[in-house]
Amino acid sequence: MRRRQQLKNTFYERRVYRHRVTVSILIVLTMTMILVGRYSQLQISDYDIYKTQSDRNRIQLLPIAPKRGLVFDRNGLLLAENIPSYTLTVVKERVRSLDDTLAIINEIIPLSEDDIEQFRKRLSRRRPYEAVPLKFRVSDEDIAKLAVNRHRVPGVEIDAQLVRHYPQGELFAHMLGYVGRISEREVDVIDPVNYSGTHYIGKIGLEKYYEELLHGTVGYQNVESNAHGRILRVLERHDPLPGGDITLNVDAYVQQVAYEALKDQRGAIVAMDPHTGGIIAMVSAPGYDTNLFVNGISSVDYNALQNNPDLPLYNRALQGQYPPASTIKPMWGLAGLHYGVVTPATRIADPGWFSLPDDSRRYRDWKRGGHGASVNLEQAVVQSCDVYFYELAYKLGIDRLHSFGTRFGLGDVTGIDNTNERAGLMPSREWKEKSRGGHWYPGETINVGIGQGFMLATPLQLAVATSVVASRGELRAPRLLASVGEEAVVAPLLGKMEDVSSAHWDAITRSMEEVVNGARGTGRGLKAGLTYRMAGKSGTAQVVGIAAGAKYDSNAIHARNRDHALFIAFAPADDPKIAVAVVIENGEHGGSVAGPAARKVMDAYLLGKPKSDLVPAGTVGPVVTVSVGAETNE
Amino acid sequence: MSNSDFLRQMPGDSRSMSNPRSISQRLHIDIPLLVLLLILAGVGLSVLYSASDGSMATVLRQGRFLSVAFVVMIVVAQFHPEQLQRWAPFAYIGVLLLLLAVDFVGVGAKGAQRWLGVGGFRFQPSELAKLVLPMAVAWYLSTHPLPPSFRHTVISLLLILFPTVLIVMQPDLGTSILIATSGIFVLFLAGISWAFIASCFGLVGLMAYPMWEYVLHDYQRQRILTLLNPELDKLGAGWNIIQSKTAIGSGGFEGKGWLQGTQSHLDFLPESHTDFIIAVLAEEFGLRGVLLLLLLYGLIISRGLWIASQAKHCFGRLLGGSIILTFFVYVFVNMGMVSGLLPVVGVPLPLVSQGGTSLVTLLVGFGVLMGICADERLVHQ
Repeated sequence: MRRRQQLKNTFYERRVYRHRVTVSILIVLTMTMILVGRYSQLQISDYDIYKTQSDRNRIQLLPIAPKRGLVFDRNGLLLAENIPSYTLTVVKERVRSLDDTLAIINEIIPLSEDDIEQFRKRLSRRRPYEAVPLKFRVSDEDIAKLAVNRHRVPGVEIDAQLVRHYPQGELFAHMLGYVGRISEREVDVIDPVNYSGTHYIGKIGLEKYYEELLHGTVGYQNVESNAHGRILRVLERHDPLPGGDITLNVDAYVQQVAYEALKDQRGAIVAMDPHTGGIIAMVSAPGYDTNLFVNGISSVDYNALQNNPDLPLYNRALQGQYPPASTIKPMWGLAGLHYGVVTPATRIADPGWFSLPDDSRRYRDWKRGGHGASVNLEQAVVQSCDVYFYELAYKLGIDRLHSFGTRFGLGDVTGIDNTNERAGLMPSREWKEKSRGGHWYPGETINVGIGQGFMLATPLQLAVATSVVASRGELRAPRLLASVGEEAVVAPLLGKMEDVSSAHWDAITRSMEEVVNGARGTGRGLKAGLTYRMAGKSGTAQVVGIAAGAKYDSNAIHARNRDHALFIAFAPADDPKIAVAVVIENGEHGGSVAGPAARKVMDAYLLGKPKSDLVPAGTVGPVVTVSVGAETNE
Repeated sequence: MSNSDFLRQMPGDSRSMSNPRSISQRLHIDIPLLVLLLILAGVGLSVLYSASDGSMATVLRQGRFLSVAFVVMIVVAQFHPEQLQRWAPFAYIGVLLLLLAVDFVGVGAKGAQRWLGVGGFRFQPSELAKLVLPMAVAWYLSTHPLPPSFRHTVISLLLILFPTVLIVMQPDLGTSILIATSGIFVLFLAGISWAFIASCFGLVGLMAYPMWEYVLHDYQRQRILTLLNPELDKLGAGWNIIQSKTAIGSGGFEGKGWLQGTQSHLDFLPESHTDFIIAVLAEEFGLRGVLLLLLLYGLIISRGLWIASQAKHCFGRLLGGSIILTFFVYVFVNMGMVSGLLPVVGVPLPLVSQGGTSLVTLLVGFGVLMGICADERLVHQ
């Protein structure tokens, strides 16, 4: 570079500087205009968008779940209630790291693997921003511990809610059923608005059947919450409409007596009022604690129930289909009288077996050697003479048996207000053709005559059929529900057998009374101390076929293949107030095993007992009171 | 300020020669600039009060920082520009050594080493560099005839490059860009040729890809990607920008009213005390407030540019111009990033955002400007 250029020209430098400053000012102005444009765009043109977004940030429409209706027995004893419970919930969107958060919570409140597994399952089907439960029934102490550590776990909240509780536990397990957390499949079916705040839904039993009634109508509130999801104030509130409180026809005391009568056995008892159709008691044994299911049962508990050979989850009263066996005889006797096939005076000879004309096969009587040379209808019912009913069935034919049996509600669901009821089977020619693709054989009619063969009925159906006898022809749909609030519910009348003459009803009722009271009645063991007139009929249902000529030997048969014991009864015979059906699986003897259970239930209902030994509502604990003998510390 | 005060500062005016000097003159204070800065500080405190949910403690703490910074500004104003010019090369070397020290023995915070601990007291050498770098470039260029030759331009660029690279390594991309910019402003004001500027832009364009691929850290790339489409990651990286845009937009023209901003008071807006404080102002005071703030900044920049261009000495002119233009860059980058125009690079809004160190640096810059201004008056006397 040359020397000349090294000299500073102050005037020129100033001019260059001023020029550059001018350019700078232009640039500054341009950039300022860019900022003004940007802020105008956000605050003027897009104002509505951002205003909405800002409101959506802070204002949330939260549903308020309605309180589920309570369930009472006929005396006002609480059977299903709602108790406050604290649930630890997580909103995934507000959690920084799910794994870290779970680890921190685990330090404060130990979580089981099952908790975490269930949580992840729920997480996968949550709605955005939904609080997903992590742990239920959190104690006050744990809540306090968590409150101290709250800052460490954003997005974790304690949710206080009412949770269903069944104070009577397994006593009403099958009847009430239970509620549980709404499943993925149910989400598609329920009304998304009405259930927006609800976590539980009736899964089975009465809880499911009356879901709509018990649930109520959702309410909502507009709340302002901050970025951490904490609600700061309620802007607007619409209260929910609570679900209806319902009263059942059931008498908890009778229910308990019935359940205890089945203790350590498998079976079912159904008791109903023959005039109203109201269910007085309905138990299936063994039962289970429905409270386990409310918040999702652990897989350990569930497998234990599922793998229990006594099938506690199985509702025998509604789902168990058993051959009605000899309990059907009074109905067939009535059919014989009604169709004029026999009269009360008709007598037959019972050599101990029956055979069809031109057939060598012998249908044996349960009593070797038979019931004598001259058996009339009453004797046949009282002593449960099989040969009499083989012949009667043969004379009536399957068509008349089917049509008459149907009038007692056999072969079709009773329409009880509960779930999973099964229809049993009242066979007919049509049915055989459809389901087995074959002709009806006369021999099959003979088996129907003693309630075996294809015939199947649930304990509930037997109770309904007994009610029809007791009420002299009134077929009613059995009803658990007695009233909703103050409003009484009447069981619908499905049919009335007005064409059957009252003399025939008298004859059958008398024969059933003799079953209990007669000297040779199969239920004569029940008459001791009886203060009311009881009519009944025993039944012993074969589980496995016994080869012709072979003797039934209880010791040689596996315990699960022994005969089922059945008993049906109603009382008082002249003005029936209760009809009972008892089935005890593998009980072997209808009269002496199932009969006493029926007697206990009737005593409890008709004679009454102090009801103090029932678990009061609101306590969590053992469900069926077990009477323990007085212990002394000697 | 009286009319005569104003007139006295006009170049070539000789009437002031006989008048006694006022207190502000003796203290080297430029009254219009001081008043504007105080108004801005006041606005900042009131917005901070709202952003901190009415925390008086936060406001008082910031008030103390402001007082200290204004005192420092007045102290710095006492130095003659020629003194600064003499110290510039030594200060530059000192800052370079400090920056090197930070890269090797610095204290980390949020994954970056920016602090240097000196006996329990921590400070950021990069803050010093914000002033020392333009000083050094102005010193170098003012000792040579202007506009600078190619050789002097390249040497100036090297002066800019060393501290910039050291700060990038901390890593602090935002600060390094702003510091480089302050040096480049000196070169620009010195009059480097337009051809050179154009070729630099071309070069930067060519460098963009390798920069993206090899120089930028993952989190920096992420910030840029999020900026281009924040909707991609609503609850993660995009959250800040979505929430700040929502805060600004929902303010509308009139604003929601002081202390009434829902975005900031319900914690939706992140960093509402510091880098994102403009969103609080925009939400509560609306576009009106934003325009008034821009007007305030505009007046400060105008006054600053006017002071710089009145400087008699080349060094003061270049340094003063660079300081005030850099000040504008801070405003632009901050307001641009919060409104989603620019990537989030962590630049505070001058005199409004909460913070101590950056505030002192800023007011030291204005102190230098006032010193230049006072020097100008002395020349006329």
